[in-house]
Amino acid sequence: MTTPMLRLDSLRKGFGGIIVTNNVTLDVMPGEVHAIIGPNGAGKSTLVNQISGLLAPDAGGILFDGRDVTALPPHARAQIGMARSFQITSILPKFPVLENVALAVQARSGSSFRFFGRAADERELNLPASDALEQVGLAGRADVPAGDLSHGEKRALELAMALAMKPKLLLLDEPMAGMAREDSDRQVGLLKRLKGQVTMILVEHDMAAVFALADRISVLIRGQLLTTGLPEDVRADPEVITAYLGEQME
Amino acid sequence: MSGALVLIQVLNGLQFGVLLFLIAAGLTLVFGVMDFINLAYGVQYMVGAYLAVMFYGVFGNFFAALGAALLAALLFGLLLEFLVFRRLYGRDHLDQVMATFGIILFLNHAVRMVWGAAPLTLPMPDVFSGSIVLMDGLLYPVWRLVIIAAGLAVAAGLYILVSHTRLGMLVRAGAANARMVSALGVNIERLFMIVFGFGTMLAGFAGIMIAPILSVEPGMGDNILILAFVVIVIGGIGSIRGAFMAALLIGLVDTLGRSFSVDILRLVMAPSPARTVGPAIASMAIYLLMAIVLYFRPAGLFPAKGR
Amino acid sequence: MAGAIFATPSAAGRLRSRRDMVVPALIFLVLVLVPAFAAATAQKFLIDLTARIMIFAVAAVALDLVVGYGGMISFGHAAFIGLGAYAVGILSAEGVGDALIALPVAILAATLFAWITGIVCLGTKGAYFIMITLAFGQMIYFVATSLAPYGGDNGLTIDARDTVAGLPLFKSDTNFYYVILLSLLATYAFCRALVASRFGRVLRGAKDNASRMATIGFDVRRYQLVGYVISGGLTGLSGFLLANSTEFVSPAYMSWQRSGELIVMIILGGIGTLDGAIIGAAAYLVAEEWLSTLTENWQVIFGPVLVLIVLFARGGLIGLCVRFWRRRGAFS
Repeated sequence: MTTPMLRLDSLRKGFGGIIVTNNVTLDVMPGEVHAIIGPNGAGKSTLVNQISGLLAPDAGGILFDGRDVTALPPHARAQIGMARSFQITSILPKFPVLENVALAVQARSGSSFRFFGRAADERELNLPASDALEQVGLAGRADVPAGDLSHGEKRALELAMALAMKPKLLLLDEPMAGMAREDSDRQVGLLKRLKGQVTMILVEHDMAAVFALADRISVLIRGQLLTTGLPEDVRADPEVITAYLGEQME
Repeated sequence: MSGALVLIQVLNGLQFGVLLFLIAAGLTLVFGVMDFINLAYGVQYMVGAYLAVMFYGVFGNFFAALGAALLAALLFGLLLEFLVFRRLYGRDHLDQVMATFGIILFLNHAVRMVWGAAPLTLPMPDVFSGSIVLMDGLLYPVWRLVIIAAGLAVAAGLYILVSHTRLGMLVRAGAANARMVSALGVNIERLFMIVFGFGTMLAGFAGIMIAPILSVEPGMGDNILILAFVVIVIGGIGSIRGAFMAALLIGLVDTLGRSFSVDILRLVMAPSPARTVGPAIASMAIYLLMAIVLYFRPAGLFPAKGR
Repeated sequence: MAGAIFATPSAAGRLRSRRDMVVPALIFLVLVLVPAFAAATAQKFLIDLTARIMIFAVAAVALDLVVGYGGMISFGHAAFIGLGAYAVGILSAEGVGDALIALPVAILAATLFAWITGIVCLGTKGAYFIMITLAFGQMIYFVATSLAPYGGDNGLTIDARDTVAGLPLFKSDTNFYYVILLSLLATYAFCRALVASRFGRVLRGAKDNASRMATIGFDVRRYQLVGYVISGGLTGLSGFLLANSTEFVSPAYMSWQRSGELIVMIILGGIGTLDGAIIGAAAYLVAEEWLSTLTENWQVIFGPVLVLIVLFARGGLIGLCVRFWRRRGAFS
């Protein structure tokens, strides 16, 4: 029995009187692309935030590659191989594109308590960063301040930063959000090429992307896991259609 | 260290705490609802006191001076808001801090130019001057009791306002999430102005009430401002309840600390070093308290914003 | 992006080209020549004034590190000046008057205080940070005023400047001027290197987007603490120089108004440029000298000016110059 890359065990989270994550238990297997879908307000982002450590669950546990990370802060989870992109693009706008990615490389390349030497000139950081930029198609924009990028380019940059971390698990929080068709097609193509190399959790509304990429799909309704299964099964599941997909597929 | 002495200092501590609350309440609301760090709050307190002195010269009556000064202080605060503060909402905290710092510099010295550097006095109303006998051999100034009573009344009034009126609900909501409140269609600018004006009057009121006991001089608001910051940081930004608890706590710790630090230290060390170290430790006491609270509760004891 | 001769506030932080070295080179050239100029024109006060400017410039550069590059607004930095100064004063009062002891103690005292208060301050978010640093600064101020054996409120006069390994190297004002100049140069050079280094990049990244940095794998709080401690220690050096320069220490050195003035200096010159810290310190102290000849209450003029600067002249003097040069089309 393979160890799941990520195991969520009876996760619960509430705000005030509202329960946003209701006893969620889920396994994500190594190498798979596991999509999480559900209507707005289902608690998908809250779930991702708990997985990456930005929010602490009220109850339940999170095991990453066999290790209990429930109490581990976000930076520590990143250090052991968890990378994420944000629903609302989160990059370093004042830094050039290359340095954004170089910083992601820097976090795993030895000590950053070095007070001398110009970080921006370090080949050991810039080369892997350039490679990541190539992968996402941003190689020509390396010197542009990241804040000046278009929305689609910023999303690609986020992906590059995540890839540069050589992660074991990639948490993608609505990576297609707000993207034009051609940008999201490119993004999907890129993620397809990564399939199998890195485990991915894909939180998405874009059903085309989900069905193109996902190995398994979990459906989250009002904080609760309705079902988990293969794409074709989930697609045909009457409960899922009533609760969610019915609105999506006209 | 007699029982009477301790009781006197406890009352003094409460009085100081109540005073701090009056200032901290406005400060925490303004900061909580408007995300505006207002260093110039201390000068509001000072201006209230100076205006009261000025109006006392005109009317010869404390209560008339109080009323006139409160009104003038409100107008002055609104003027400042119109000229400077409203351009700072939404700016980053550094800008707010620096601009309000400039206002402090200006007002502390403007006041000096107009009224001179020498401390002024404001006589307390005759009916409240003098002391009453609380218990055998214990005389306590009536005015200090009036301050305590006034402060508690304001606290009660604020509590009712904040928890039982629609305005109060908007203020609490604004303190927790101002953008949400605005998105819900509430005229957030008018809410800001009301909160701000209210806070201005509270600070001015505090300055006027304390004027008969302390002297009125340039820069009198500076130290109290920093203490008010300590209060709202310990209490939790945006929380009136937090400000109240923290203010009383700080008032008591500071007053009792200063009065009895030497005595307490003499329990563990010789008189001479106790007398040297005591005052130093007393002056650090509330800051140490702040450090300890923040270490365990970085958002304060009763933060308005949810976790 | 125009390559300016000023190191404009930018995430890059490092000196990108030779042109970026023009301003610091000019600054230090002027500073080196001041004593000769002062002697030639028989204006001794110039040496005193410039020495004072440089001493505060050390503190301002250190402050710019945490405020301009680290995004941590410390309103209590004068406390480190005070700690450094009182280290000198107290040691001198106890009969220890040598820089080889006083300097390390001064820096150590400031560093320790920065470390302990930093742990508390950095656990909280932005706005609290300002208020807490303000409060801790106030705390040290009050401790100093209650130190009766060391002058309390009135301060403490120091018999003589520190010796260095027994030699009276600080005694002559001109000699000591060059000691201060070297200290400023060293501080500036160190901070320049620091902001461009790996460590500096993490700090700057945290200022830009702290939560992103955390999810990349950086323990932001740890880096900020180290940055804050370094800044505090360097500011302690400023206090050491101040005490030796004036041969006097007083709680006024660490009043919260002083902390505010330090921030004013870096804003005046241009936040996040390091050059601006030096320029701003000069601008502020010169303005103070000049305005106080006009009126005793010069702050009534300066206060509104500060408000106007904040409202309308963001980027300080350097920002104004950059905008001016850009408009003239001096750079493509």
